[in-house]
Amino acid sequence: MGSALHDAASALSEQLPPLTPHAAAVEADRCLYCFDAPCTHACPTHIDIPRFIKKIASQNLRGSAETIYASNLLGATCARVCPVQELCEGACVLGSDHKPIAIGRLQRYAMDHAHEHGIYPKVTAAPSGRKIAVIGAGPAGLSCAGELARLGHAVTIFERRAKPGGLSTYGIIALREPAEIALEEARMIEGLGVKIEVGVEFGKDRSLAELQKQFDGVVLSGGLGKTPSLGIEGEEAIVDGLAFIEGSKADAASLKVGRNVLVIGAGNTAVDCATIAKRLGAERVTMVYRRTDREMTCYVHEYDFARKEGIEFRFLAEPSRVVLEGGKPAGLECRRVELGAPDASGRPAPVAVKGSEFVLAADQIVKAVGQEKPSLAALLGLETKKGFIAVDDSFLTSTPGVYAIGDCIRAIGAASTVMAVEDGKLAALAIHAQLAPQSE
Amino acid sequence: MADLHINFAGIQSPNPFWLASAPPTNSGAQIHKAFEAGWGGAVWKTIGAPVLNVSNRYGAWHYGRQRMLAINNVELISDRPLEVNLREIAEVKRAWPDRAVIVSAMVESKPETWREIVERIEDTGADGIELNYGCPHGMSERGMGAAVGQVPEYCEQISRWVMEAATVPVIMKLTPNITNIVLPARAGVAAGVNALSLINTINSIVGVDLDTLELTPSIGGKGGHGGYAGPAVKPIALNMLAALGTDEIVSKSGLPISGMGGIATWQDAAQFLLLGAGSLQVCTAVMHYGFRIIEDLCDGLSNWMDEKGFKTIADVCGHSLHRVSDFKDFDLSFRAIARIDESKCIKCDLCYVACNDTAHQCIDLVGPDGTLVEPRSYDVRSNGKKDATELRPQPVVREEDCVGCRLCYNICPVDDCIRMVEVPSGRSAVTWSQLSEQQSKVTEDWETMKEYRKQVGIEIH
Repeated sequence: MGSALHDAASALSEQLPPLTPHAAAVEADRCLYCFDAPCTHACPTHIDIPRFIKKIASQNLRGSAETIYASNLLGATCARVCPVQELCEGACVLGSDHKPIAIGRLQRYAMDHAHEHGIYPKVTAAPSGRKIAVIGAGPAGLSCAGELARLGHAVTIFERRAKPGGLSTYGIIALREPAEIALEEARMIEGLGVKIEVGVEFGKDRSLAELQKQFDGVVLSGGLGKTPSLGIEGEEAIVDGLAFIEGSKADAASLKVGRNVLVIGAGNTAVDCATIAKRLGAERVTMVYRRTDREMTCYVHEYDFARKEGIEFRFLAEPSRVVLEGGKPAGLECRRVELGAPDASGRPAPVAVKGSEFVLAADQIVKAVGQEKPSLAALLGLETKKGFIAVDDSFLTSTPGVYAIGDCIRAIGAASTVMAVEDGKLAALAIHAQLAPQSE
Repeated sequence: MADLHINFAGIQSPNPFWLASAPPTNSGAQIHKAFEAGWGGAVWKTIGAPVLNVSNRYGAWHYGRQRMLAINNVELISDRPLEVNLREIAEVKRAWPDRAVIVSAMVESKPETWREIVERIEDTGADGIELNYGCPHGMSERGMGAAVGQVPEYCEQISRWVMEAATVPVIMKLTPNITNIVLPARAGVAAGVNALSLINTINSIVGVDLDTLELTPSIGGKGGHGGYAGPAVKPIALNMLAALGTDEIVSKSGLPISGMGGIATWQDAAQFLLLGAGSLQVCTAVMHYGFRIIEDLCDGLSNWMDEKGFKTIADVCGHSLHRVSDFKDFDLSFRAIARIDESKCIKCDLCYVACNDTAHQCIDLVGPDGTLVEPRSYDVRSNGKKDATELRPQPVVREEDCVGCRLCYNICPVDDCIRMVEVPSGRSAVTWSQLSEQQSKVTEDWETMKEYRKQVGIEIH
C-alpha cells in the first residue's frame, strides 16, 4: 500500500485551500475600503488591510504583498495562524449584517503570490555599523531581526533548535500552518542579511557577557518553557502536548497515537493535540478539563471546530492519577470538581470533591496545560512580572542593552504569533531609536 | 390593476416594452421567442444597405463585480440579406397581430433608395418604421447613421423623402453624439415625422489591454470607437429625453417619444415614462439576462402604478416633466443637511473621508467619551476586535457647517443610514433669475455679493 505516510500527511494537510484568483477578486471587491479601518486597528501589527485588499482587487499583487510587509514581515504565517475572528475579521464593519471579509485568506493569497514570485522586502537603509544579537528564531525574533535589518543594522539570531521558526515550525499543527511556510519565511529574513545560527543554546554555548561584548544590543525572544508538571502519580506515562504536535509536524506517519486518547487541558494547544489524535486515527478523543466550557481558554471558534471534529469533552474533572497496566496507561483517575468563588484569574476556582474519584479509560494521555514561565529570567537575574520577564515601553529589561519580546514577556494578554511579531517590530524601532543618536 | 397598453403614434402595443433595434431583434426566431416571453413590441434590427461584420464586435465596461455596466459594439446593421429579413418580418407580424412590429431602416441618402425601402417594409405589414440616424460606427463612415443624425438639415431632408412615401407611422431615432439634442428633434418635427426615439449609442472606446497594449476589444490588432449603451448611459438618456420634453417646439408638436438608453429594471422604465417617454425600448439588459426580464419589467411597473394610483401608461407619461428646471430657477434659500442615523451606521467612515478630503469638511469623528478624535489616533498597542469596535469613533455631521452637498448620502453603503433633511434656512425664497433682475450687482460684483450674504445670513467657510 505504502499509503500510511500519505494518509497521515493528508489528514493533517492545510485545512483551508488557497483562494482561487476569482474567489480572491470577488472577496476583495466586497471590501468597502473603510477609512481608518477597524480591521487595521484590531490587527496587532496594524496592517493597512483595506489597502492590501484593494490592491488584490486591482490586480496589483506585488503592491498588496509590500503593503503587508510594511507592517508585518511574517504575513504568511499570520495569515494562517491568526485568530482572525478575534482580530481583523471580528472588527469588520460587514460582520453585523453580512459575512466579514475573509481577510486572513486574502492575506494568504497575497503572501502566496509573493513567495511564489520571489517578492520579498528589501533593505533600503545604509549599513549602520551596529550589531544586534537576537536569542531565538521564533516569530518575535524573526520579526525583530528582519525589522532591524531593514533599518540597516547587522543582526545575528542564535537558535537552540535545529531549524528556525519557533512554534511556527514546531508547535502549530500542519492543519493550520505547514512547517515549510515558517521555514520559507525564515529564509526571507535571512535574505535581508540576517544571520541565523542554529543549534546554539544561549546560556550554555554563548553567555550574555560574551554577546554583550560582541554586539550593541541583545534581544531575548526565547518564548516559554516546557509544559508544567501536573504533580500526579504516573505522570511519566503522559505525553507532552508540544512534543506530540512537534512529532505530528516532523513525521505524522510515525507518530504514536492511541485508540482512546485523553487530552488534559482546554486551551488552543489542547484542541490542536486532540485534533491531531482524531485525524491520525484515534477512535475516541476526549478533552478533560477542570472547569466548564464557559471557562475554557481556547477561542470559541476552536471549541466549535473541535466539536465538529468529533472530539468529546469531559468537564469538571481534575486528573489525580494515571492508571498504569504493565507500565502503559490504561486510564486516568480524576476527581469530580465543583466550581467555587472566583480565583486570581477571575474565573471560578475548581474545587475537587474528596472521595469522588472515577477512572476514564485511555491508552494514551496527552497534556496541554500551558507552558512554564521563561527560565532565562532567573538565569540572567532579570526582574520579572508575574513570572514573565519585565520590560519597559521600549522592551528594555532590567539589564541595560538587553531587550525581551514575545511570549516570554506576555504578562498580560494572550500569547499569540501576531503579538510576538508586533513586539519584534516595536522593539526594533525602539532599539533603532536608542542607537541612532550614536550612529549619526 | 394598471393598464399597460399603449397607443404610440397609432402603433398599438399590449405593454410599453419593445426590444430595441439591435442584436436581440436580428431574426424572426428571436422575436417569436421574445413575444412568447411577453414583450409588447420589437424594433427589427436595422435593414438596408449591404454590410459585412467583424469578430470581437462587443466590448464592455465592467465596474467592480458588476459585469457589463455598459456594452460597446461595432456591429453594423443587419448582415442578413434584405429579402430574408422582409420575409421574416411579414411572418412575425402575421403570427403576432397584437404586438408592435416596427422596422428600423438605413439606406444610402438618396430619395429613391429611401422610397424603395419604405415601400418594401410596408409590404410586410409592419406597424411602423424607425429611421436609424444614429449608428455611430461603420455606417456613419459611409454617410449613413450618425452622419445624418448629427446634421439637422440632413435629418429633415431624408425624413421628408420618407414621409412622402410612408403610410405607416414613422419614428425618427436620434443620436446622442451631438451638442444639442433638440436641433435634430426639431428637424424631425419640421419634416412631419410621427414620433421620435432616443438615444442611440454613444461614441466610446472601452479600454486598452494592459498586456498587449491593444485596444479592447482587439479586432485583429486594431480597435476604434463603438456604440456605448447599457445602465451606465441611463442618466444621459434621461437628460436628453427631458430636453425634448421641455423644448417648446418639440413638446408643442405633441410627437410621442420612445425612450431608451440603459433601461434594465421597471424602476428605470418608470423614470423614462415620468420624463415623457410614451414607449420604452430595451437592449443591453436583454443581451445580459435574456428575454425573461420582461416579466418583472411589466409586473414591477404595474405594481408601482397601482401603488401610485396611475391607471394607464398615458397617465404616467411626462408626469415629472414640470419638475425639470434650470439652475437659475432653483430656490437659493432651500437648505438641506445630512443626518447620520447612528443606529444604522456601521462606521466605515467613508462619509468622513469623502467629506473631509473632497467636500466641505463638516463631518467629525466623535469618540465614545463624546470628545472629537482624529483618525488613527488609537494607541499602537491597542488591538483586537473589542478595542477596535468599542473605541471606534462615530462620524457625526456638524450640522451648522453642512452645506447639504449630498456627497456622504451618495457614498454611504448602508440603505437609509444617511438622510438629507430639509431645514429652515431663515431666508426668503429667491432664484438666481430673480436676484439678477432685482439686485443685478449682487450677481456681478464680489463685494456686493459679500454684503448680500452678510445681510441675508449666508456664511460660507
